[in-house]
Amino acid sequence: MVNCIIRLCGRAQPYEATLNINENKLKLHNEWMTIDHFALDIPITGTVYGTLLNYKGAISKLGEAVYEIPYKKPPEAPILYMKPVNTHLAHGAPIPLPADVQELEVGAALGLVIGRTACRVTKASALDYIAGYTIANDVSVPHRSYYRPAIREKARDGFCPIGPWIVEKAAIKDPNNIGIRVYVNDVLCQENTTANHIRSVEELLADVTAFMTLFPGDVLLTGVPEGAPLIGAYDRVRIEIDGVGVLENPVYPENKSMEGENQ
Amino acid sequence: MKRARVAYAGAIHDAVEVRGMLQLEDGRLVNQKDVVWLPPVQPHTIFALGLNYADHAKELAFQTPDEPLVFLKGPNTLLGHRGVTRRPAACTFMHYECELAVVMKCSARHVKAEKAFHYIEGYTVANDYVVRDYLENYYRPNFRAKNRDAATPIGPWLVDVEDVGDPMDLTLRTFVNGQLIQEGSTKNMIFNIPYLIEYLSGFMTLNAGDVILTGTPKGAVNVEVGDVVVTEIEKVGKLENMIVGED
Repeated sequence: MVNCIIRLCGRAQPYEATLNINENKLKLHNEWMTIDHFALDIPITGTVYGTLLNYKGAISKLGEAVYEIPYKKPPEAPILYMKPVNTHLAHGAPIPLPADVQELEVGAALGLVIGRTACRVTKASALDYIAGYTIANDVSVPHRSYYRPAIREKARDGFCPIGPWIVEKAAIKDPNNIGIRVYVNDVLCQENTTANHIRSVEELLADVTAFMTLFPGDVLLTGVPEGAPLIGAYDRVRIEIDGVGVLENPVYPENKSMEGENQ
Repeated sequence: MKRARVAYAGAIHDAVEVRGMLQLEDGRLVNQKDVVWLPPVQPHTIFALGLNYADHAKELAFQTPDEPLVFLKGPNTLLGHRGVTRRPAACTFMHYECELAVVMKCSARHVKAEKAFHYIEGYTVANDYVVRDYLENYYRPNFRAKNRDAATPIGPWLVDVEDVGDPMDLTLRTFVNGQLIQEGSTKNMIFNIPYLIEYLSGFMTLNAGDVILTGTPKGAVNVEVGDVVVTEIEKVGKLENMIVGED
Protein backbone atom coordinates (compact mmCIF):
# COMPACT_ATOMS: atom_id res chain seq x y z
CA MET A 1 0.00 0.00 0.00
CA VAL A 2 1.27 3.44 -0.91
CA ASN A 3 0.12 6.98 -0.46
CA CYS A 4 -0.96 8.90 -3.51
CA ILE A 5 -2.52 12.17 -4.60
CA ILE A 6 -5.69 12.03 -6.67
CA ARG A 7 -7.94 14.59 -8.25
CA LEU A 8 -11.65 13.86 -8.58
CA CYS A 9 -13.89 15.21 -11.32
CA GLY A 10 -15.98 18.04 -9.93
CA ARG A 11 -13.67 18.72 -6.99
CA ALA A 12 -11.21 21.60 -7.11
CA GLN A 13 -8.88 20.32 -4.43
CA PRO A 14 -6.58 17.34 -4.59
CA TYR A 15 -7.08 14.44 -2.16
CA GLU A 16 -4.61 12.22 -0.37
CA ALA A 17 -5.52 8.57 -0.72
CA THR A 18 -4.00 5.15 -0.12
CA LEU A 19 -3.48 2.87 -3.08
CA ASN A 20 -3.45 -0.92 -3.20
CA ILE A 21 -2.28 -1.64 -6.73
CA ASN A 22 -2.60 -5.44 -6.45
CA GLU A 23 -6.22 -5.30 -5.35
CA ASN A 24 -7.06 -2.36 -7.61
CA LYS A 25 -8.39 -0.34 -4.67
CA LEU A 26 -8.12 3.16 -3.30
CA LYS A 27 -8.80 4.22 0.28
CA LEU A 28 -10.25 7.68 0.69
CA HIS A 29 -11.57 8.97 4.04
CA ASN A 30 -10.97 5.54 5.64
CA GLU A 31 -13.02 3.62 3.14
CA TRP A 32 -11.60 1.17 0.59
CA MET A 33 -13.26 1.16 -2.81
CA THR A 34 -12.33 -0.26 -6.19
CA ILE A 35 -10.60 2.23 -8.44
CA ASP A 36 -13.42 2.19 -11.00
CA HIS A 37 -15.63 3.70 -8.32
CA PHE A 38 -13.78 7.02 -8.58
CA ALA A 39 -14.09 9.60 -11.36
CA LEU A 40 -10.38 10.33 -11.49
CA ASP A 41 -9.26 13.56 -13.10
CA ILE A 42 -5.83 14.58 -14.41
CA PRO A 43 -3.66 14.64 -11.25
CA ILE A 44 -1.07 17.15 -12.44
CA THR A 45 -1.27 20.88 -13.05
CA GLY A 46 2.15 21.93 -14.35
CA THR A 47 4.07 21.77 -17.59
CA VAL A 48 4.83 18.32 -19.00
CA TYR A 49 8.20 17.80 -20.70
CA GLY A 50 9.19 14.68 -22.60
CA THR A 51 12.70 13.35 -23.15
CA LEU A 52 13.72 11.98 -26.57
CA LEU A 53 16.00 8.94 -26.97
CA ASN A 54 16.63 8.16 -23.30
CA TYR A 55 16.45 4.38 -23.73
CA LYS A 56 19.56 2.52 -24.85
CA GLY A 57 17.47 0.49 -27.28
CA ALA A 58 15.99 3.65 -28.81
CA ILE A 59 19.35 5.19 -29.61
CA SER A 60 20.87 1.90 -30.81
CA LYS A 61 17.92 1.50 -33.16
CA LEU A 62 19.08 4.69 -34.88
CA GLY A 63 22.48 3.01 -35.32
CA GLU A 64 24.94 4.73 -37.62
CA ALA A 65 22.28 7.25 -38.65
CA VAL A 66 23.29 9.44 -35.71
CA TYR A 67 26.55 10.16 -37.56
CA GLU A 68 24.80 10.94 -40.83
CA ILE A 69 22.84 13.88 -42.18
CA PRO A 70 20.81 15.45 -40.67
CA TYR A 71 21.97 14.43 -37.18
CA LYS A 72 25.75 14.35 -37.82
CA LYS A 73 26.54 13.25 -34.25
CA PRO A 74 24.80 11.58 -31.31
CA PRO A 75 22.82 13.83 -28.97
CA GLU A 76 24.82 15.40 -26.14
CA ALA A 77 22.41 17.31 -23.87
CA PRO A 78 18.97 15.87 -23.09
CA ILE A 79 16.64 16.44 -26.06
CA LEU A 80 13.32 17.62 -24.72
CA TYR A 81 9.87 18.45 -26.02
CA MET A 82 6.60 19.58 -24.49
CA LYS A 83 3.25 17.92 -24.11
CA PRO A 84 1.18 21.13 -23.86
CA VAL A 85 -2.06 21.50 -21.94
CA ASN A 86 -4.30 20.56 -24.88
CA THR A 87 -2.71 17.11 -24.87
CA HIS A 88 -3.43 16.30 -21.21
CA LEU A 89 -6.07 13.62 -20.76
CA ALA A 90 -7.46 11.80 -17.73
CA HIS A 91 -7.25 8.06 -17.05
CA GLY A 92 -10.13 6.41 -18.88
CA ALA A 93 -10.85 9.26 -21.29
CA PRO A 94 -10.73 8.43 -25.00
CA ILE A 95 -7.59 9.32 -26.97
CA PRO A 96 -8.81 11.11 -30.11
CA LEU A 97 -7.60 9.46 -33.33
CA PRO A 98 -7.28 12.33 -35.84
CA ALA A 99 -9.23 11.88 -39.05
CA ASP A 100 -6.06 12.04 -41.18
CA VAL A 101 -4.24 9.32 -39.22
CA GLN A 102 -4.69 5.52 -39.19
CA GLU A 103 -2.52 4.53 -36.22
CA LEU A 104 -0.84 6.11 -33.24
CA GLU A 105 2.30 5.19 -31.33
CA VAL A 106 2.07 4.46 -27.62
CA GLY A 107 4.78 6.16 -25.55
CA ALA A 108 4.95 4.48 -22.16
CA ALA A 109 6.69 6.93 -19.87
CA LEU A 110 7.51 7.30 -16.21
CA GLY A 111 6.70 10.84 -15.06
CA LEU A 112 8.76 12.57 -12.40
CA VAL A 113 6.49 15.02 -10.59
CA ILE A 114 8.50 17.96 -9.30
CA GLY A 115 7.98 18.91 -5.66
CA ARG A 116 10.07 22.04 -5.34
CA THR A 117 11.71 24.48 -7.70
CA ALA A 118 14.56 22.63 -9.37
CA CYS A 119 17.28 24.80 -10.86
CA ARG A 120 20.84 23.59 -11.38
CA VAL A 121 20.39 20.62 -9.07
CA THR A 122 23.19 18.14 -8.51
CA LYS A 123 22.91 14.43 -9.17
CA ALA A 124 23.37 13.76 -5.48
CA SER A 125 20.42 15.91 -4.45
CA ALA A 126 18.19 15.33 -7.49
CA LEU A 127 15.70 13.00 -5.81
CA ASP A 128 15.01 15.66 -3.15
CA TYR A 129 13.20 17.66 -5.83
CA ILE A 130 10.77 14.88 -6.74
CA ALA A 131 7.35 14.83 -5.05
CA GLY A 132 6.28 11.56 -6.62
CA TYR A 133 5.74 9.57 -9.79
CA THR A 134 3.00 9.20 -12.35
CA ILE A 135 2.40 7.45 -15.68
CA ALA A 136 2.09 9.15 -19.04
CA ASN A 137 1.13 7.83 -22.42
CA ASP A 138 3.18 10.05 -24.68
CA VAL A 139 1.10 9.44 -27.81
CA SER A 140 2.53 10.33 -31.23
CA VAL A 141 1.63 10.18 -34.86
CA PRO A 142 4.35 7.81 -36.12
CA HIS A 143 7.28 9.77 -37.55
CA ARG A 144 10.74 8.64 -38.60
CA SER A 145 12.76 11.83 -38.44
CA TYR A 146 13.82 13.43 -35.16
CA TYR A 147 15.41 16.39 -36.90
CA ARG A 148 12.65 18.96 -36.43
CA PRO A 149 10.35 19.42 -33.41
CA ALA A 150 7.41 17.08 -33.89
CA ILE A 151 4.59 19.39 -32.84
CA ARG A 152 2.08 18.07 -35.35
CA GLU A 153 2.99 14.54 -34.36
CA LYS A 154 3.13 14.93 -30.56
CA ALA A 155 1.02 17.93 -29.54
CA ARG A 156 -2.43 17.05 -30.81
CA ASP A 157 -5.43 17.25 -28.51
CA GLY A 158 -5.59 14.38 -26.04
CA PHE A 159 -2.15 13.01 -26.91
CA CYS A 160 -0.95 12.81 -23.32
CA PRO A 161 -3.06 10.64 -21.04
CA ILE A 162 -1.51 11.07 -17.60
CA GLY A 163 -2.26 9.66 -14.15
CA PRO A 164 -4.33 8.13 -12.73
CA TRP A 165 -2.57 9.54 -9.62
CA ILE A 166 0.74 10.67 -8.27
CA VAL A 167 2.31 8.08 -6.00
CA GLU A 168 4.49 9.52 -3.28
CA LYS A 169 8.23 9.34 -3.77
CA ALA A 170 8.66 6.81 -0.96
CA ALA A 171 6.57 4.30 -2.92
CA ILE A 172 9.45 3.73 -5.35
CA LYS A 173 12.68 2.46 -3.87
CA ASP A 174 14.74 2.77 -7.02
CA PRO A 175 13.22 4.68 -9.96
CA ASN A 176 16.09 3.40 -12.13
CA ASN A 177 14.96 -0.18 -11.92
CA ILE A 178 11.24 -0.49 -12.49
CA GLY A 179 9.37 -2.48 -15.08
CA ILE A 180 7.11 -0.92 -17.71
CA ARG A 181 4.58 -2.90 -19.75
CA VAL A 182 2.10 -1.93 -22.44
CA TYR A 183 -1.02 -3.96 -23.21
CA VAL A 184 -3.23 -3.31 -26.20
CA ASN A 185 -6.63 -4.98 -25.85
CA ASP A 186 -5.16 -7.01 -22.96
CA VAL A 187 -2.31 -8.38 -25.10
CA LEU A 188 1.21 -7.64 -23.84
CA CYS A 189 2.87 -5.60 -26.62
CA GLN A 190 5.89 -4.04 -24.99
CA GLU A 191 8.02 -4.66 -21.96
CA ASN A 192 10.99 -2.67 -20.79
CA THR A 193 12.58 -1.27 -17.65
CA THR A 194 13.94 2.05 -16.52
CA ALA A 195 17.21 0.19 -15.93
CA ASN A 196 17.68 0.77 -19.68
CA HIS A 197 17.70 4.55 -19.33
CA ILE A 198 20.71 6.27 -20.85
CA ARG A 199 20.50 9.02 -18.24
CA SER A 200 19.31 7.86 -14.84
CA VAL A 201 16.56 9.85 -13.15
CA GLU A 202 19.19 11.74 -11.16
CA GLU A 203 21.39 12.45 -14.19
CA LEU A 204 18.41 13.57 -16.24
CA LEU A 205 17.23 16.02 -13.58
CA ALA A 206 20.74 17.42 -13.17
CA ASP A 207 21.33 17.81 -16.92
CA VAL A 208 17.91 19.34 -17.64
CA THR A 209 17.93 21.79 -14.74
CA ALA A 210 21.41 22.92 -15.79
CA PHE A 211 19.68 25.06 -18.42
CA MET A 212 16.02 25.27 -17.45
CA THR A 213 14.09 25.44 -14.20
CA LEU A 214 11.40 22.92 -13.34
CA PHE A 215 8.66 24.24 -11.07
CA PRO A 216 6.54 22.45 -8.45
CA GLY A 217 3.86 20.46 -10.27
CA ASP A 218 5.84 20.17 -13.51
CA VAL A 219 6.37 16.67 -14.87
CA LEU A 220 9.49 15.39 -16.59
CA LEU A 221 8.92 12.19 -18.58
CA THR A 222 12.05 10.07 -18.53
CA GLY A 223 11.65 8.76 -22.08
CA VAL A 224 9.80 6.14 -24.06
CA PRO A 225 11.22 2.68 -24.86
CA GLU A 226 11.96 1.55 -28.41
CA GLY A 227 9.41 -0.49 -30.31
CA ALA A 228 6.34 1.63 -29.58
CA PRO A 229 3.13 -0.40 -29.95
CA LEU A 230 0.65 0.93 -32.48
CA ILE A 231 -3.00 1.61 -31.66
CA GLY A 232 -6.00 2.37 -33.80
CA ALA A 233 -9.67 3.21 -33.44
CA TYR A 234 -11.47 1.38 -30.63
CA ASP A 235 -8.31 -0.19 -29.23
CA ARG A 236 -7.75 -0.06 -25.49
CA VAL A 237 -4.22 0.74 -24.31
CA ARG A 238 -2.97 0.03 -20.80
CA ILE A 239 0.39 1.07 -19.41
CA GLU A 240 1.63 -0.57 -16.22
CA ILE A 241 4.58 0.78 -14.29
CA ASP A 242 5.66 -1.27 -11.29
CA GLY A 243 4.83 0.48 -8.05
CA VAL A 244 3.17 3.41 -9.80
CA GLY A 245 0.01 1.87 -11.20
CA VAL A 246 -1.99 1.35 -14.35
CA LEU A 247 -3.07 4.00 -16.87
CA GLU A 248 -5.72 2.88 -19.34
CA ASN A 249 -7.44 4.70 -22.20
CA PRO A 250 -9.48 3.71 -25.23
CA VAL A 251 -8.91 5.21 -28.67
CA TYR A 252 -11.87 6.79 -30.46
CA PRO A 253 -12.12 8.57 -33.77
CA GLU A 254 -11.62 12.27 -33.05
CA ASN A 255 -15.19 13.28 -33.87
CA LYS A 256 -16.55 10.74 -31.39
CA SER A 257 -14.05 11.36 -28.62
CA MET A 258 -15.66 14.48 -27.22
CA GLU A 259 -19.34 15.25 -27.29
CA GLY A 260 -20.16 18.58 -28.81
CA GLU A 261 -16.79 19.24 -30.35
CA ASN A 262 -17.11 21.23 -33.55
CA GLN A 263 -15.59 19.96 -36.71
CA MET B 1 -5.25 50.14 -25.13
CA LYS B 2 -1.78 49.15 -23.88
CA ARG B 3 -1.82 46.75 -20.97
CA ALA B 4 0.99 45.62 -18.70
CA ARG B 5 1.62 43.41 -15.70
CA VAL B 6 3.88 44.93 -13.12
CA ALA B 7 5.13 44.45 -9.60
CA TYR B 8 4.69 47.61 -7.55
CA ALA B 9 5.04 48.20 -3.83
CA GLY B 10 5.01 44.54 -2.94
CA ALA B 11 2.15 43.29 -5.11
CA ILE B 12 1.47 42.25 -8.68
CA HIS B 13 -0.89 44.44 -10.67
CA ASP B 14 -2.51 44.69 -14.05
CA ALA B 15 -1.96 48.17 -15.41
CA VAL B 16 -2.80 50.29 -18.45
CA GLU B 17 -0.87 53.09 -20.04
CA VAL B 18 -2.32 56.55 -19.32
CA ARG B 19 -0.46 59.65 -20.53
CA GLY B 20 2.92 57.97 -20.23
CA MET B 21 2.14 56.72 -16.72
CA LEU B 22 0.90 53.33 -15.54
CA GLN B 23 -2.56 53.19 -14.04
CA LEU B 24 -3.13 50.26 -11.68
CA GLU B 25 -6.54 48.56 -11.29
CA ASP B 26 -7.23 50.60 -8.15
CA GLY B 27 -6.72 53.87 -10.02
CA ARG B 28 -3.26 54.74 -8.74
CA LEU B 29 -1.02 56.36 -11.33
CA VAL B 30 2.60 55.29 -11.01
CA ASN B 31 5.74 56.15 -12.88
CA GLN B 32 6.99 53.54 -15.36
CA LYS B 33 10.40 53.74 -13.71
CA ASP B 34 9.03 52.71 -10.32
CA VAL B 35 7.71 49.31 -11.29
CA VAL B 36 9.22 45.95 -12.07
CA TRP B 37 7.86 44.91 -15.45
CA LEU B 38 6.54 41.37 -15.73
CA PRO B 39 5.62 39.49 -18.90
CA PRO B 40 2.25 40.98 -19.97
CA VAL B 41 0.84 37.51 -20.64
CA GLN B 42 0.81 34.19 -18.77
CA PRO B 43 0.24 31.70 -21.56
CA HIS B 44 -0.46 28.00 -21.19
CA THR B 45 1.36 27.28 -24.42
CA ILE B 46 4.05 29.32 -26.14
CA PHE B 47 4.53 28.58 -29.83
CA ALA B 48 7.56 29.81 -31.71
CA LEU B 49 8.49 29.84 -35.37
CA GLY B 50 11.90 29.10 -36.80
CA LEU B 51 13.11 30.33 -40.20
CA ASN B 52 9.92 32.29 -40.86
CA TYR B 53 11.66 35.12 -42.73
CA ALA B 54 13.31 34.21 -46.03
CA ASP B 55 16.25 36.56 -45.44
CA HIS B 56 17.00 35.02 -42.01
CA ALA B 57 16.79 31.47 -43.38
CA LYS B 58 19.24 32.48 -46.12
CA GLU B 59 21.56 34.13 -43.59
CA LEU B 60 21.71 30.82 -41.68
CA ALA B 61 22.13 28.90 -44.94
CA PHE B 62 18.81 27.09 -44.65
CA GLN B 63 16.27 26.55 -47.37
CA THR B 64 12.98 28.22 -46.67
CA PRO B 65 10.69 25.60 -45.16
CA ASP B 66 7.64 24.36 -47.05
CA GLU B 67 5.74 23.90 -43.78
CA PRO B 68 5.99 26.12 -40.67
CA LEU B 69 8.88 25.12 -38.42
CA VAL B 70 7.12 25.26 -35.05
CA PHE B 71 8.55 24.60 -31.61
CA LEU B 72 7.18 25.10 -28.10
CA LYS B 73 8.63 26.91 -25.11
CA GLY B 74 8.16 26.54 -21.38
CA PRO B 75 7.07 29.26 -18.94
CA ASN B 76 10.60 29.30 -17.48
CA THR B 77 11.74 31.24 -20.55
CA LEU B 78 9.61 34.38 -20.15
CA LEU B 79 11.07 37.57 -18.71
CA GLY B 80 9.70 41.09 -18.34
CA HIS B 81 10.79 44.39 -19.89
CA ARG B 82 14.06 45.72 -18.48
CA GLY B 83 15.03 42.29 -17.18
CA VAL B 84 18.41 40.64 -17.46
CA THR B 85 19.28 37.55 -19.46
CA ARG B 86 22.29 35.42 -18.59
CA ARG B 87 24.89 34.56 -21.18
CA PRO B 88 26.61 31.21 -20.53
CA ALA B 89 30.30 31.80 -19.83
CA ALA B 90 31.55 29.25 -22.32
CA CYS B 91 29.40 30.21 -25.29
CA THR B 92 30.67 31.99 -28.40
CA PHE B 93 27.47 32.86 -30.25
CA MET B 94 24.31 34.03 -28.51
CA HIS B 95 21.97 36.26 -30.43
CA TYR B 96 18.70 38.13 -29.99
CA GLU B 97 15.67 37.58 -32.18
CA CYS B 98 13.18 40.43 -32.45
CA GLU B 99 9.77 38.86 -32.97
CA LEU B 100 6.16 39.97 -33.19
CA ALA B 101 4.22 37.98 -30.59
CA VAL B 102 0.54 37.22 -31.24
CA VAL B 103 -1.66 36.75 -28.16
CA MET B 104 -4.77 34.61 -28.60
CA LYS B 105 -8.15 35.92 -27.42
CA CYS B 106 -10.06 32.66 -27.26
CA SER B 107 -9.93 28.97 -27.84
CA ALA B 108 -9.21 28.20 -31.48
CA ARG B 109 -9.70 24.93 -33.36
CA HIS B 110 -10.14 24.49 -37.11
CA VAL B 111 -9.99 28.24 -37.73
CA LYS B 112 -9.80 29.39 -41.35
CA ALA B 113 -7.19 32.01 -42.20
CA GLU B 114 -9.82 34.56 -43.25
CA LYS B 115 -11.38 34.42 -39.76
CA ALA B 116 -8.10 34.28 -37.85
CA PHE B 117 -8.07 37.91 -36.71
CA HIS B 118 -11.27 37.33 -34.70
CA TYR B 119 -9.22 35.03 -32.48
CA ILE B 120 -6.43 37.50 -31.68
CA GLU B 121 -6.41 39.58 -28.48
CA GLY B 122 -3.40 41.68 -29.33
CA TYR B 123 0.32 41.83 -29.88
CA THR B 124 3.49 42.28 -27.93
CA VAL B 125 7.23 42.25 -28.61
CA ALA B 126 9.44 39.25 -27.85
CA ASN B 127 13.18 38.78 -27.97
CA ASP B 128 13.74 35.06 -28.34
CA TYR B 129 17.45 34.59 -27.59
CA VAL B 130 19.28 31.51 -28.84
CA VAL B 131 22.64 30.15 -27.77
CA ARG B 132 23.85 28.70 -31.06
CA ASP B 133 26.74 26.81 -29.43
CA TYR B 134 24.16 24.43 -27.94
CA LEU B 135 22.21 23.68 -31.12
CA GLU B 136 21.93 19.97 -31.85
CA ASN B 137 20.23 18.27 -34.78
CA TYR B 138 17.51 16.57 -32.75
CA TYR B 139 14.17 18.35 -32.52
CA ARG B 140 16.17 21.38 -33.61
CA PRO B 141 16.07 24.09 -32.31
CA ASN B 142 16.53 22.03 -29.16
CA PHE B 143 15.68 23.16 -25.64
CA ARG B 144 19.24 23.71 -24.44
CA ALA B 145 19.68 26.32 -27.19
CA LYS B 146 16.18 27.80 -27.14
CA ASN B 147 14.37 27.07 -23.86
CA ARG B 148 16.73 28.61 -21.35
CA ASP B 149 15.58 30.35 -18.18
CA ALA B 150 14.70 34.02 -18.69
CA ALA B 151 15.99 34.02 -22.26
CA THR B 152 12.73 35.18 -23.85
CA PRO B 153 12.04 38.76 -22.76
CA ILE B 154 8.49 39.79 -23.68
CA GLY B 155 6.55 43.05 -23.40
CA PRO B 156 6.38 45.75 -22.25
CA TRP B 157 2.77 46.01 -23.45
CA LEU B 158 -0.01 43.86 -24.70
CA VAL B 159 -1.45 46.15 -27.39
CA ASP B 160 -5.04 45.61 -28.48
CA VAL B 161 -5.52 44.18 -31.94
CA GLU B 162 -7.51 47.28 -33.08
CA ASP B 163 -4.68 49.61 -32.16
CA VAL B 164 -2.19 47.84 -34.41
CA GLY B 165 -4.18 47.54 -37.61
CA ASP B 166 -2.44 45.39 -40.20
CA PRO B 167 0.17 43.30 -38.36
CA MET B 168 1.66 42.16 -41.67
CA ASP B 169 3.25 45.53 -42.38
CA LEU B 170 5.21 46.48 -39.28
CA THR B 171 8.87 47.41 -39.04
CA LEU B 172 11.00 45.41 -36.60
CA ARG B 173 14.28 46.83 -35.32
CA THR B 174 16.90 45.69 -32.86
CA PHE B 175 19.39 48.06 -31.28
CA VAL B 176 22.45 46.89 -29.34
CA ASN B 177 23.88 49.61 -27.13
CA GLY B 178 21.93 52.16 -29.16
CA GLN B 179 23.18 50.99 -32.54
CA LEU B 180 20.67 49.69 -35.11
CA ILE B 181 21.74 46.14 -35.91
CA GLN B 182 18.67 44.32 -37.22
CA GLU B 183 15.83 45.67 -39.34
CA GLY B 184 13.01 43.98 -41.19
CA SER B 185 9.30 44.02 -41.84
CA THR B 186 6.59 41.59 -40.86
CA LYS B 187 5.46 41.70 -44.50
CA ASN B 188 8.41 39.38 -45.24
CA MET B 189 7.13 36.53 -43.09
CA ILE B 190 7.00 33.30 -45.08
CA PHE B 191 3.92 32.06 -43.22
CA ASN B 192 1.78 35.01 -42.18
CA ILE B 193 -0.26 35.25 -38.99
CA PRO B 194 -3.63 34.10 -40.40
CA TYR B 195 -1.90 31.14 -42.05
CA LEU B 196 -0.16 30.18 -38.80
CA ILE B 197 -3.44 30.23 -36.86
CA GLU B 198 -5.12 28.09 -39.51
CA TYR B 199 -2.15 25.71 -39.55
CA LEU B 200 -1.84 25.26 -35.77
CA SER B 201 -5.56 25.16 -35.04
CA GLY B 202 -5.91 22.61 -37.83
CA PHE B 203 -4.37 19.90 -35.65
CA MET B 204 -4.58 21.18 -32.06
CA THR B 205 -6.52 23.57 -29.83
CA LEU B 206 -5.04 26.95 -29.04
CA ASN B 207 -6.23 28.57 -25.82
CA ALA B 208 -6.94 32.13 -24.71
CA GLY B 209 -3.69 33.78 -23.71
CA ASP B 210 -1.50 31.46 -25.74
CA VAL B 211 1.31 33.21 -27.56
CA ILE B 212 2.76 32.69 -31.02
CA LEU B 213 6.24 34.11 -31.60
CA THR B 214 6.28 34.64 -35.35
CA GLY B 215 10.00 34.48 -36.14
CA THR B 216 12.76 36.98 -36.79
CA PRO B 217 14.25 38.65 -39.89
CA LYS B 218 17.95 38.61 -40.73
CA GLY B 219 20.58 40.42 -38.72
CA ALA B 220 21.73 37.91 -36.12
CA VAL B 221 24.82 39.21 -34.33
CA ASN B 222 26.47 37.90 -31.15
CA VAL B 223 25.83 39.80 -27.91
CA GLU B 224 28.22 40.12 -24.98
CA VAL B 225 27.87 40.65 -21.25
CA GLY B 226 26.87 44.25 -20.53
CA ASP B 227 25.10 44.79 -23.85
CA VAL B 228 21.75 46.53 -23.73
CA VAL B 229 19.45 45.04 -26.36
CA VAL B 230 16.32 46.88 -27.45
CA THR B 231 13.86 45.10 -29.73
CA GLU B 232 11.26 47.40 -31.19
CA ILE B 233 8.19 46.82 -33.30
CA GLU B 234 6.28 49.67 -34.88
CA LYS B 235 2.95 50.35 -33.07
CA VAL B 236 3.60 47.56 -30.55
CA GLY B 237 6.46 48.67 -28.36
CA LYS B 238 10.08 48.82 -27.41
CA LEU B 239 11.40 46.01 -25.23
CA GLU B 240 14.65 46.48 -23.35
CA ASN B 241 16.92 43.74 -21.99
CA MET B 242 20.45 43.55 -20.66
CA ILE B 243 22.92 40.70 -21.02
CA VAL B 244 24.68 39.64 -17.83
CA GLY B 245 27.16 36.91 -17.01
CA GLU B 246 26.56 33.63 -15.24
CA ASP B 247 27.63 34.85 -11.79
